[in-house]
Amino acid sequence: MLKSKTFVKKTRSGGVLKIVREHYLRDDIWCGSEVCKECKDEAPVLQEDACIESNLCSYPHYLIPDTNVVLHQIDILEDPLIRNIIILQTVLQEVRHRSATVYKRIKDAIHDKEKHFYTFTNEHHRETFIEREQGESANDRNDRAIRVAAKWYADHLAKATDNGPLKVVLLTNDRANKEKAEHHGLIVYRCEEYIKSLIGNPELVDRLALTPDDQNEITGSKLLFPEHLPLSRIQTGIKNGMFLQGTFHANRDNYLEGTVFIHREGAVTNEVLLQGFQNLNRAVHQDVVAVELFPKERWVAPSSVVLQDDNPDDEDAEEDETETENKLKSVASESSALKPTGRVVGIIKRNWRPFCGMLSQSQIKEATRHLFTPADRRIPRIRIETRQAATLVGQRIMVAIDGWPKNSRYPNGHFVKNLGTAGDKETETEVLLLEHDVPHQPFSQAVLSFLPKMPWSISEEELKVRADLRHLFVCSVDPPGCTDIDDALHCRELENGNLEVGVHIADVSHFIRPGNALDQEAASRGTTVYLCGKRIDMVPELLSSNLCSLRSNVERLAFSCIWEMNNNAEIIKTHFTKSIINSKASLTYAEAQMRIDDTTMNDDITKSLRGLNKLAKILKGRRIDKGALTLSSPEVRFHIDSETHDPIDLQTKELMETNSMVEEFMLLANISVAQKIYDEFSECALLRKHPSPPPSNYDILIKAAKSRDLEIHTDSAKALADSLNNAAIERFPYFNTLLRILATRCMMQAVYFCSGMDNDFHHYGLASPIYTHFTSPIRRYSDIIVHRLLAVAMNADSTYPDLMDKHKQSALCSNLNYRHKMAQYAQRASVAFHTQLFFKNRGIINEEGFILFVRKNAIIILIPKFGLEGTVFFENKDKPSPHLTFDTEGPTLKVEEHTFHMFDKVKVTISLDASNIQHQRIRMALIEPVIPGVSVPVPESEPEAKKPKLDR
Amino acid sequence: MAGLELLSDQGYRLDGRKAPELRKLQARMSVFAQADGSAYLEQGNTKALAVVYGPHETRGSRSKSLHDRAVINCQYSMATFSTAERKRRPHGDRKSSEMSLHLKQTFEAAVLTELYPRSQIDIYVKILQADGGNYSACVNAATLALVDAGIPMRDYVCACTAGFVEDTALADLCHAEESGGGTSLALALLPRSGNIALLQMDARLHQDHLNALMEAAMTACKGLSKVLDGVVRQHLEEVSVLTSE
Repeated sequence: MLKSKTFVKKTRSGGVLKIVREHYLRDDIWCGSEVCKECKDEAPVLQEDACIESNLCSYPHYLIPDTNVVLHQIDILEDPLIRNIIILQTVLQEVRHRSATVYKRIKDAIHDKEKHFYTFTNEHHRETFIEREQGESANDRNDRAIRVAAKWYADHLAKATDNGPLKVVLLTNDRANKEKAEHHGLIVYRCEEYIKSLIGNPELVDRLALTPDDQNEITGSKLLFPEHLPLSRIQTGIKNGMFLQGTFHANRDNYLEGTVFIHREGAVTNEVLLQGFQNLNRAVHQDVVAVELFPKERWVAPSSVVLQDDNPDDEDAEEDETETENKLKSVASESSALKPTGRVVGIIKRNWRPFCGMLSQSQIKEATRHLFTPADRRIPRIRIETRQAATLVGQRIMVAIDGWPKNSRYPNGHFVKNLGTAGDKETETEVLLLEHDVPHQPFSQAVLSFLPKMPWSISEEELKVRADLRHLFVCSVDPPGCTDIDDALHCRELENGNLEVGVHIADVSHFIRPGNALDQEAASRGTTVYLCGKRIDMVPELLSSNLCSLRSNVERLAFSCIWEMNNNAEIIKTHFTKSIINSKASLTYAEAQMRIDDTTMNDDITKSLRGLNKLAKILKGRRIDKGALTLSSPEVRFHIDSETHDPIDLQTKELMETNSMVEEFMLLANISVAQKIYDEFSECALLRKHPSPPPSNYDILIKAAKSRDLEIHTDSAKALADSLNNAAIERFPYFNTLLRILATRCMMQAVYFCSGMDNDFHHYGLASPIYTHFTSPIRRYSDIIVHRLLAVAMNADSTYPDLMDKHKQSALCSNLNYRHKMAQYAQRASVAFHTQLFFKNRGIINEEGFILFVRKNAIIILIPKFGLEGTVFFENKDKPSPHLTFDTEGPTLKVEEHTFHMFDKVKVTISLDASNIQHQRIRMALIEPVIPGVSVPVPESEPEAKKPKLDR
Repeated sequence: MAGLELLSDQGYRLDGRKAPELRKLQARMSVFAQADGSAYLEQGNTKALAVVYGPHETRGSRSKSLHDRAVINCQYSMATFSTAERKRRPHGDRKSSEMSLHLKQTFEAAVLTELYPRSQIDIYVKILQADGGNYSACVNAATLALVDAGIPMRDYVCACTAGFVEDTALADLCHAEESGGGTSLALALLPRSGNIALLQMDARLHQDHLNALMEAAMTACKGLSKVLDGVVRQHLEEVSVLTSE
């Protein structure tokens, strides 16, 4: 059974190494087909009647795609219609080598039982292994290996079925390969040929990716972009310092500008500015690119112009381009603002994913080529070919990019999926979930199978091992309408005069055991995502809203953190235990506040709340003394109509004493737990840190304060907190909040990390040397891990391998960080969408606001009442623009006679601009101060009259 | 993409073996006439040569000799040409002295030393080509050499490595698998009694996995013992045919 075959490989790692590896050939690798009696496969994958209606192949057949087909046409292969495919090991290895994302997708397809994909290990099969011949390139050998394997299958199946109808079909787009295969008597088709021959599935054709041959037909002959350098030259260039490697980030507001963040540490610059179409050279947001720096005299400052690519058609676009580019360059830039500037010389790795967006139909009615406008403004428009344009107009669709030839203004792509009508609440929610990569499919059966069986009750064993805290007056305080209650509190006086304070957290790790499908799903989701009127749960609802939720008057399992404190809120003893609690009340913040304030109430719960509140104030004071920051961001709440689910009212979130009371104890619990798990597991504790921002981040804040003759010190968190506290202007109470909003934008992101992989633990914002998340295991996976660590530390649970592996832990952290960031973005996008819905129903509104930022051709305004930010442009396409003078030092913008400073109070009208269905946006126009030709007259006080026009 | 896929979804390893399968083992005994016993062994691409002298009177200082049993002296070395990169390997470097010590401990447990008080048995092993599992190849070769020298032992000593990749225990690792990260455990077993002569692992492994890994290594050792037994029997047949004439 074992046939040994030794072969020699050369690899390059510094020098030339001769690597000798054994290669065993086997005769126990089965063909995987149901028809075959000869192979002793226990669970054959490929079906006997592998029928799909096709003009070309009227017989049942299995498909064998070659590497390039898998790489480029993965969208087709993923279609549920395409089944019974043989993936050769050679192909799989090549795919793994060339593209990690496609490899992941093809592996998912292989694991999908419905798809009947079979992996044939041809490289180790005695009859299909071939050796590389003299002078044969690796690619040629692999092509030959694929042909040999296909031939073997053809013969094998013919033998097994006595020349029955079952055949194999090789799919390849390589002409030479096809000819050679035909020569050997194989059935070969090009992928396009085959897909187009399928009867009754025209939509598949749209999902075909365009191959280089086809692209030539589409585009004109004019060369628009410089050629990308080959990878080998890029690599030598990077090695000798000529080029820099980095990730390209397109500018959201200006499609002709982007930044490359350089990966290498210790590089001279870590950001390179790119300006202009030619210099961007077909880089798409998130691509890894190589850039060449310009000499210093060609450096420019980032333009603060807001530019959007909205040319109606592509063919005559080039003239416009040069015009706008010139505008960019005529920047009156001082040397201080100049940034390292460069151009893209080559793409190291594309990071394309399917993009959501809408079709802009071509003017020519019968045309099959259309432009697709992605929802993300940083992604360029994509040209696709489709025959169903008429049905796709007005729909949200998904499109994947295939390539970007140098003679085409837009990248070429193909249609992937239709999501639904644009503007629909469901469709739009789907879009924003997809765009932010939030996993939101319903939980699979495998996941649900790990849920506890209902009716559920606390078992005898649990009663024995857990501390029984059911007699305590525990209560929970949460926002109204909260169903996933993960924390509850209590406070009571002890006999020695000290206070006992307990924070009780839902014991989610009791229900989610490590390693099972439920755990894996939760780990991959990472967090619950809260959208307006919708919640995407991290764990199934049975757990999140019932068994784990610490509702009142039911017995629940909890993880308790209990301190003994003196009246000065100094901790005397800390104790962690798994427990059983019975919450006596679930209150909202307002209810809790009322109980505290109402002097007539003196029941146990109220007393406990008062005790907590008193301690919380002391704790908060101490924390602020240490330099914790109080920051601010405008947050709003929608009142949602219970039937139509449309927002009917909007109010900014109010903060009460009780909010800060709960927060204070959560912080305390988190810090205590962080210390405990770090003491116990110094290598693999999951912690959270908040790095201090680089000083340059504060520039805008300092400038802004200076414009009002105030000074902000940013040397330490403490100094910043103090100067923020002192910064106030009489008769301008909102000023301080505005400053805090600005300060928030200067901050870095807080991140999870594994203690064994880092040595900076400091949490800047909270001014704590160590921090973690422990208190919300229902909605955050990080907390589940922390629970498990803590449980092991106190011998309440056993450890498992992945928990102790710092590399796996670290990989988990990066996923959690990513999910958290994306969840935040999705949340913001959802608020923005609901704001639009709100204003759509309201017509035009006049409101007061403050200038938050000043840009070169626009000002950004914050409306405190709605927590809404909007831009007022001073340049219009159809109108002559007013005279603008921009001063970066202030920063100020002089429009005609009036100068705008930061924080100036202005009056604007707000309306919904629905001219572009995809990017419906809130439009603001200036009313006050009155500038002739710029500001608009105050609209009639009858907004209702205008409503019909705004409604679509 | 970095890294090698050590175990494919179909359950095949880099070189086409399945998880519990051993590499091809070939061995010859009595390869040198001048030594008391010798053997040459190939375990896949790992090739080892073992030579045994003794038991004989203790050489050097007499103080080393033990009054109740024989002293076992082991020396391990690697040929300069044994790895992909040619490298001079001086005697007595840390790695080889550690290996020598391990071999000594292994054979002290297996050889019936108490039969030869005040004497010494020398075992010299050299790795001619290294491709993972050097220790186990040495032990297996030395066992054959000891058998060839006619030194009584409790049982064959069979050694094998096992590794742990993607929650599966792999038997008899090759060099790529050993260096591709993950844990590697070396185990020397007296297969008939099931006693462990030596167990060595110097990477981190969660306790839950240890039993599975040891189980895999022990099964592999038992498989090896059958092959070694076959080699010995065949050698005896050849020798007896020669001597009977």
